Amino acid sequence: MSKYILRRLVAMIPVLLGVALITFCMMYFSPGEPAKFILGDMATEEDIAIFNEQNGLNDPFLIQFINYIRKAITGDLGISYTTKQPVLNEILSRFPTTFKLTLISIVFAVIIGVFFGIISAVKQYGIIDNVTRIIAMLGVSMPSFWEGLMLIILFSVILGILPSSGITTWKHWILPAFTLSTQTLAACMRMTRSSMLEEIRQDYVRTAHAKGQKEYFVILFHAFRNAVLPIITVVGVDFAKLMGGAAVIEIVFSIPGIGKLIVDAINTKNAPLVQGGILFVAFTMSFINLITDIIYAFVDPRIKTQYLAENSKKNKQEKEVGSIV
Amino acid sequence: MSDIGAQQFNANNKKKNEKAVSITKRSQNKEIIIRFLRNKAAVLGLIIVVVLIFCMLFPTALTSYDPIKQNFSERFVPPNREHLFGTDEFGRDIFTRVVYGCRTSLRIGLISVGISCIIGVLIGSIAGFYGGVIDSIFMRCIDVLMAIPNTLLGISIVAALGQSITNLIIAISIGSISGYARITRVSVLTVKDLEYVEAARATGSSNARIIIKYILPNCLAPIIVHATMSIAVAIMTATGLSFLGLGVPAPTPEWGSMASSARAYIRDYWWLVTFPGLAIMASAFSFNLFGDGLRDALDPKLKN
Repeated sequence: MSKYILRRLVAMIPVLLGVALITFCMMYFSPGEPAKFILGDMATEEDIAIFNEQNGLNDPFLIQFINYIRKAITGDLGISYTTKQPVLNEILSRFPTTFKLTLISIVFAVIIGVFFGIISAVKQYGIIDNVTRIIAMLGVSMPSFWEGLMLIILFSVILGILPSSGITTWKHWILPAFTLSTQTLAACMRMTRSSMLEEIRQDYVRTAHAKGQKEYFVILFHAFRNAVLPIITVVGVDFAKLMGGAAVIEIVFSIPGIGKLIVDAINTKNAPLVQGGILFVAFTMSFINLITDIIYAFVDPRIKTQYLAENSKKNKQEKEVGSIV
Repeated sequence: MSDIGAQQFNANNKKKNEKAVSITKRSQNKEIIIRFLRNKAAVLGLIIVVVLIFCMLFPTALTSYDPIKQNFSERFVPPNREHLFGTDEFGRDIFTRVVYGCRTSLRIGLISVGISCIIGVLIGSIAGFYGGVIDSIFMRCIDVLMAIPNTLLGISIVAALGQSITNLIIAISIGSISGYARITRVSVLTVKDLEYVEAARATGSSNARIIIKYILPNCLAPIIVHATMSIAVAIMTATGLSFLGLGVPAPTPEWGSMASSARAYIRDYWWLVTFPGLAIMASAFSFNLFGDGLRDALDPKLKN
């Protein structure tokens, strides 16, 4: 297993290089000269030429990209054009806020979503099933920025009980976290329901019932264990989505997170900050993907044995090659 | 003589089999339609989808106002009989703009889902079926796409390419390929070692035929659920990007940009932001209901 994890860690390197290439290309080919943004409109042609020379902006594309990667490995993501601070510092100061917001939302979504998903699968077409299905469907269908605005109208403007912007007290987290979690909650509920419905009809569940196993035990430890795989995928994928989707929520509720940082940076053409921000978020996402895959392998013996089989095949081949040599 | 007899017998048998196959096929389709129609929620979804398509094709049949022309004598009129949804900060009828906005949003949703579904399913099924090096290469590419959250990818693509509807479609399509690829791959992995696939291989079917005729039909349910859900998601991503000011350019009526410009007036004029949002929700909701019903109708395992 440790070999598998190590292999996945190594496999992360090309992924991150790919992400770096994509973000680098985007900012490289996007219109607008960075020199003009930093030096201002008063800068002469000469000033711009000197700036470009000093920052290596006249080098060929590939050289610029390699230099960028070389610096990025040491944690140097460049200097923000607007604040003149190192990009990494700016990102790290914003990261905890976004991570906290995402984590609260995902935990809330998984607990509530899985719980109601199981109930509505077990009592299919019952009252709870119908109500949760409609709510889940509405939740999936609601654009988060609009939901946020509606919640602000209701709780801040009309009722006046919750604040609409900032993160100074715990009350400030309620509206944004709830808004952010809605999509995942609904997706989780839908996925749990549909995959539980599939498992409940399997023969082994009937067998478990036939041998007199208790209902809740059959549901939780027989059916749910097998239904959990697609749910893990949804949660893994959604975690990534939330980190990015948080940008919209952060703007609606004026929360100083990474998403808002990146969107603001795009509006001011602050290329290093955009590149660095996306690269950093992508780095976090790759780790989450890695964890999802490892959990996958642990939970589904079919996938685990496939990897083991591959390994043993390779070992055999290696041994054969070794004996020939 | 006996050879000819055997051949004739075989031919007859084939004919019979073909007949049997065609009969079962027809009845299966009918059964799917019946199962779908019995699902009230799904039918409701279908009706709303049809209404939306009607709005998309014939907006002039529903409203006589101009969606873009400004009328400053009628700013911020609350919903009334003349202006069902009220008017906005430029005195434009919001109902009209919502109806016309349907055209933009639906087109973006349908086209981008079509593109990403075809590419994603292709990648996922090839990766899952062949495994090994091909799988690793394809899935690493998908990992690269997946490592950048959809919204961020959309934001950066639109920021780089410039603000237009085509670029928005490109951004959303690229962002949602990974979902199809991963879901297809996982389903193919669980199906590809089953007996009927082995049987198909034993009868000499080519790999392409096995994938298209035997594996994909059995992976279809999750892909369809995902596709219908992602029409909704695509519409919402598009409106989200427009909300951030990175989607459809300003005077064009679009739900996201309507909500975005209404944000400044949220404390005094609620109808500006409410109705475009309701329109987004209704369209996403209907596609979700429709897809859900389709899933229940298509998957015989869930048949009662």
